[in-house]
Amino acid sequence: MKKLLLGDEAIAQGAIDAGLSGVYAYPGTPSTEITEYIQLSESRKLKVESSEAKIFCQWATNEKTAMEAALGMSYMGKRALVCMKHVGMNVCADAFMNAAITGVNGGLVVLAADDPSMHSSQNEQDSRFYAKFAMIPCLEPSNQQEAYDMMHYAFDLSEALKTPILMRVTTRMAHSRAVVELIDTPREQNTASAPEDVRHFILLPAFARKNYAELVEAQADFLQTSEESLYNTYTKGSNPKRAILTTGIAYNYLMELKDESQQLKVDEASVLKVTQYPLPKALVDQMVADGAEEILVMEEGQPVVEELIRGMVPSSVAVKGRLTGELPRMGELSPDCVREALGLDKLPTREPDELVAPRPPALCQGCGHRDMYAALNEVAAEHEDARIFGDIGCYTLGALAPFNAIHACVEMGASITMAKGAADAGQHPAIAVIGDSTFTHSGMTGLLDCVNCKSNVVVLISDNLTTGMTGGQDSAGTGRLEAICEGLGVEPEHLRVVVPLPKHMEEIKQILREEIAYNGTSVIIARRECIQTLKRHLKAKK
Amino acid sequence: MKRDIILAGVGGQGILSIATVIGDAALNEGLYLKQAEVHGMSQRGGDVQSNLRLSSEPIYSDLIPKGGADIIISLEPMEALRYLPYLKPEGWIVTSSKPFVNIPNYPELEEVLSHIKALDHHVLVDVETLAKEAGAPAQAANMVLLGAAIPMLGIDHDKIIDGVSRIFARKGESVVNSNIAAIEAGYNASKH
Repeated sequence: MKKLLLGDEAIAQGAIDAGLSGVYAYPGTPSTEITEYIQLSESRKLKVESSEAKIFCQWATNEKTAMEAALGMSYMGKRALVCMKHVGMNVCADAFMNAAITGVNGGLVVLAADDPSMHSSQNEQDSRFYAKFAMIPCLEPSNQQEAYDMMHYAFDLSEALKTPILMRVTTRMAHSRAVVELIDTPREQNTASAPEDVRHFILLPAFARKNYAELVEAQADFLQTSEESLYNTYTKGSNPKRAILTTGIAYNYLMELKDESQQLKVDEASVLKVTQYPLPKALVDQMVADGAEEILVMEEGQPVVEELIRGMVPSSVAVKGRLTGELPRMGELSPDCVREALGLDKLPTREPDELVAPRPPALCQGCGHRDMYAALNEVAAEHEDARIFGDIGCYTLGALAPFNAIHACVEMGASITMAKGAADAGQHPAIAVIGDSTFTHSGMTGLLDCVNCKSNVVVLISDNLTTGMTGGQDSAGTGRLEAICEGLGVEPEHLRVVVPLPKHMEEIKQILREEIAYNGTSVIIARRECIQTLKRHLKAKK
Repeated sequence: MKRDIILAGVGGQGILSIATVIGDAALNEGLYLKQAEVHGMSQRGGDVQSNLRLSSEPIYSDLIPKGGADIIISLEPMEALRYLPYLKPEGWIVTSSKPFVNIPNYPELEEVLSHIKALDHHVLVDVETLAKEAGAPAQAANMVLLGAAIPMLGIDHDKIIDGVSRIFARKGESVVNSNIAAIEAGYNASKH
């Protein structure tokens, strides 16, 4: 059967067809659609058949809880998938790194969707470093079909090599559609069976040393598997002095230009297409043995392979790419920069039209975050130097005009703890603005720090009852934020709830003033449903 | 057959449903297709675009190079101009003439339209008025624009109509018919 699928959907369908038992994830662009696709297919399935082969697919509170739950499912012998955007890898790093030491029972695949060019992210870290760091195999499909096929392969590999597998994709693959050919008969799920030797999962130093030694020893197997993989292909060119190494989707930009490049003899170059790591050294060696004098490395993200092969090839071989200026040092690859790197003429193009003005994203008209910022800005202006620490979500757009409201935004949960640190340094008022989903993701522990230290901060939780920026997924603490804050020790008289609407402006401002004046930790919850999810809910009711 | 199309607009305007109909018709014709979309932050009232590539040969790149687009189909006139560097010298711009003003520094509309009119290959359509005249709801304005682009698409008019019928079938006959009426209105406006 053929299906038109987004890269993310191909990954999800591949996992389902490979006998997946559970997907664990926190929403994050460009990875969100993987879990959503599985959720949708489950809800369709439940209508027509029994839930015998049910796939667990409820959102997790953050990437660390997701990774740990997936490891638990793998522990029980079933196949689990963990999905996140690249920066989510930082959140789950503790569990991820140690899952490489425990190894797996059922197949375990970690999917990291990187966002080079930072379309919806604060950095462009390359998740392939994490695979190398944890010493586990990494897969990097070049197109939607490979993404589908390789998910099956990833689970096979994980179960055969007893290790988690990191699959890394980037925005352009995740969010691009193509027709994918699906297998006829999906594989059954594994039946539950706990590991025979639990010492693999007990990382006491004595056991962990043994596990780590096994992981070190397994490196040769991992390398051999990669060198023999059908997903890594080397084609010797008729002019092997020139060689091109592509990873992941970079291969597509090369192939796109192959016809055109005949006149420039680019098509005579040897080509090594890498979609599996560890980097297949034997194929790199072959390329050199065939006479490569120059290797152009084209990879999406950071120059991971470019740096690696410098240590693999003789110094007489020129390694070119992002570090030497043939390709841009940062940002995603494009047909245009690859064309330039290959030495082809630019296509005739028109100049940009000078009339065109930038149109940055903005908070929706009628959004509760708008009213929250309107009140906050007025009260903040009553102080000579109020500092507002923002966080990750739609409300980060409060940094832009017309609000220009926030003075920092770093990573999930940092609003509360940075406000605390600033208050510790003597800043007053120190105000944190954080969304409900980000608060449960990584803000709760920071609030506990504030409570324990009686830090002089105001934490404003802008609660829209959803995970808004990624499209309105369920938020882990909905309906329980007051109970959570009280449980963490926030004093009930300094735990306030307001409804951010223009008609409540005076009341909200008054409450803000009172809590700024209080020398201790206050929480103000500004609660009103996201207007996007509200529209959807009203439509569903009709 | 090969067509590289840039669909442009402002987040929420509905460029993806244009892509869905063209994509359905193309697949039914046995063409290869790749379609890169923008999800996430920029959807919030910012500029959005989608690269839609159709070909009778396999397609590699998800992205269209600068100077490589055959058509820019835009639901907003200034957004059409944003992608000018991507348009082939002989390429077409098919755009709605109605501005979406959600920024304080939106340029003079007359100037924007005159820049579009200065291009050899352009189709400017008042999609909302045409939708209304065709008896279709305002949401079908994007189908008017699609209709106006049909002569440049390389896919027959009837095949696009078949695509609309399939895509909107679930929503009932009256929705299918009003969308077809919208497409015809755009198609007729473009031909003349």
